[in-house]
Amino acid sequence: MAGLHKSEFANPVINWIDTRLPVFTMLQKEYGVFPTPKNFNYFWNFGALAMVNLMIMIATGIFLAMNYQPNSELAFDSVQHIMRDVNYGWLIRYVHQNGASMFFIVTYIHIFRGLYYGSYKSPRELLWMMGVVILLLMMATAFMGYVLPWGQMSYWGATVITNLFSAFPVVGPKIVTLLWGGFSVDNPTLNRFFALHYLLPFVLIGVVFLHIAALHVVGSNNPLGIDVKTPQDTLPFHPYYTIKDSVGMCVYLIVFAILVFFAPNFLGDPNNFIPANPLQTPADIVPEWYFLPYYAILRSVPNKLLGVCLMFASILVLFVLPWLDTSRVRSARFRPIYRQLIWVWVAAFIGLGVCGAHKPEGVWVILSRVCTLYYFLHFLVILPLLGKLERPLALPESISQPVTGGRGGGPLPSGATTKPMEKA
Amino acid sequence: MADSPAATNTHHGHSADVTKRDLLQLITGAGAAILGGAIAWPLIDSMNPAKDVLALSSIDVDLAPIAVGQGITVMWQGKPIFVRHRSAEEAKEADAVPLSQLNDPQADKARVKPGHPEWIVVIGICTHLGCIPLGNKTTDMRGEWGGWFCPCHGSQYDTSGRIRKGPAPTNLPVPPYAFESNTKIKIG
Repeated sequence: MAGLHKSEFANPVINWIDTRLPVFTMLQKEYGVFPTPKNFNYFWNFGALAMVNLMIMIATGIFLAMNYQPNSELAFDSVQHIMRDVNYGWLIRYVHQNGASMFFIVTYIHIFRGLYYGSYKSPRELLWMMGVVILLLMMATAFMGYVLPWGQMSYWGATVITNLFSAFPVVGPKIVTLLWGGFSVDNPTLNRFFALHYLLPFVLIGVVFLHIAALHVVGSNNPLGIDVKTPQDTLPFHPYYTIKDSVGMCVYLIVFAILVFFAPNFLGDPNNFIPANPLQTPADIVPEWYFLPYYAILRSVPNKLLGVCLMFASILVLFVLPWLDTSRVRSARFRPIYRQLIWVWVAAFIGLGVCGAHKPEGVWVILSRVCTLYYFLHFLVILPLLGKLERPLALPESISQPVTGGRGGGPLPSGATTKPMEKA
Repeated sequence: MADSPAATNTHHGHSADVTKRDLLQLITGAGAAILGGAIAWPLIDSMNPAKDVLALSSIDVDLAPIAVGQGITVMWQGKPIFVRHRSAEEAKEADAVPLSQLNDPQADKARVKPGHPEWIVVIGICTHLGCIPLGNKTTDMRGEWGGWFCPCHGSQYDTSGRIRKGPAPTNLPVPPYAFESNTKIKIG
């Protein structure tokens, strides 16, 4: 019959569904036999880990929402109610709370992977840009989620972050009032943050779907950063990478479990055990650890508007990274200078995080300024110039070659030209 | 594809055809099922009544102000509880009904506490579809048997809270309660 999909599944039920809605064929194509570069290292686990983390956050979040009260009078107590009264509420909340940290750990490593191996370069620019959108959505979601327990740090974090928008001339204060739904952070703010905190993860799913769809069009990058040339360069996604991802998943879950069961408040702030008090600001206002680098950039500039602009720019610059980096070689392995400078950038980013955790006094001011300077210098000056000045190493002819052909690059030994590993 | 030749062999072939891979697949599948259950359980159990809800499981009711013929409604675990002070005749009448006349046969003695036949305590939710029957106030419609009358679908209960007519399948249940003194009961 015309229009029906010709399904190859033997199971009659699956075949019946697949004929009418070829989801099984799609799964088989995109996650079963999907040709994937065969030289992935463990850095390529982190996309899948982030996906799993998003699922964990949504699952635990839905059950938390069943017991949470988004009302400034009740919010703090309802969180304590979840911790003490609700069956396994402590577990669900600690998984959700530490899940946010795990999400950023995994995502930051995923982004570093992209930076190191040049995954943002043609033809993956749009894939990368959607990744930056995901990062921004994650940040907004994490920020609003942190406000919900309505502790001191929630309240004052919300106050400081929303006040960032007041830096913009003319419209700034109006924007802030609009965000608050009043003249300070209060019940209307909490209500809308809860609504958005529930909504945005589903928007995230949508963008993640596009991110993966784009990935499956252009294909994965790989540690060598060269294109797949022949089927010999690839392996079917299942079972090779489902298994490799599973290994990483076990490690990830172990780290996650250690945090949840042995140090659930290690990454939290003790001030958030105090109910929100609009009349008293805590002595030290610090955001969650994953926002510290941006916080340090904000504070490193003595001008309010400029600081806010630089902070936003530190993320927005990633959107144009594919065009700032003029080198056509993707992987840092073959870029002797970039390979060192990317670590300088990582050091600057971590340095900013450390600065963000300290009061902006003495050496920390200088250090955060130096780090901020390098952060932007790296993207805006070094990368455009380096592509022209750096002399990259010779690229291997194919992904298979460095594995099977040795360093000489001569003719392949006869065994290597046969088919890749068959399923035993 | 999903169906490999090895999978069909395991069902029809000899034990020699059962490979190490089959065993590993079974162990993996079983492990995944157990893990899935272990992950799902805390989430599902979190929907069960929380400890603060369970803590509200008993209330005291003072019977002294309730005159003969009067009934009051109290809340227990979010449900209405009818506490009714029957007259001596009503109690005697309810006790005298032959069980053969009842849809859900139960003696009145089994529904009151020994020594307190004038007090009937029932959960005030019609056993048909959950409406609250009328009849607790003296001015309410009480039905043919002088007990309770459900306005939703016309179920009629007698002064012992037993179903006598209408679609309700069972008597109004008696909650667990005890007399703490002659004028005070503890429900729950």
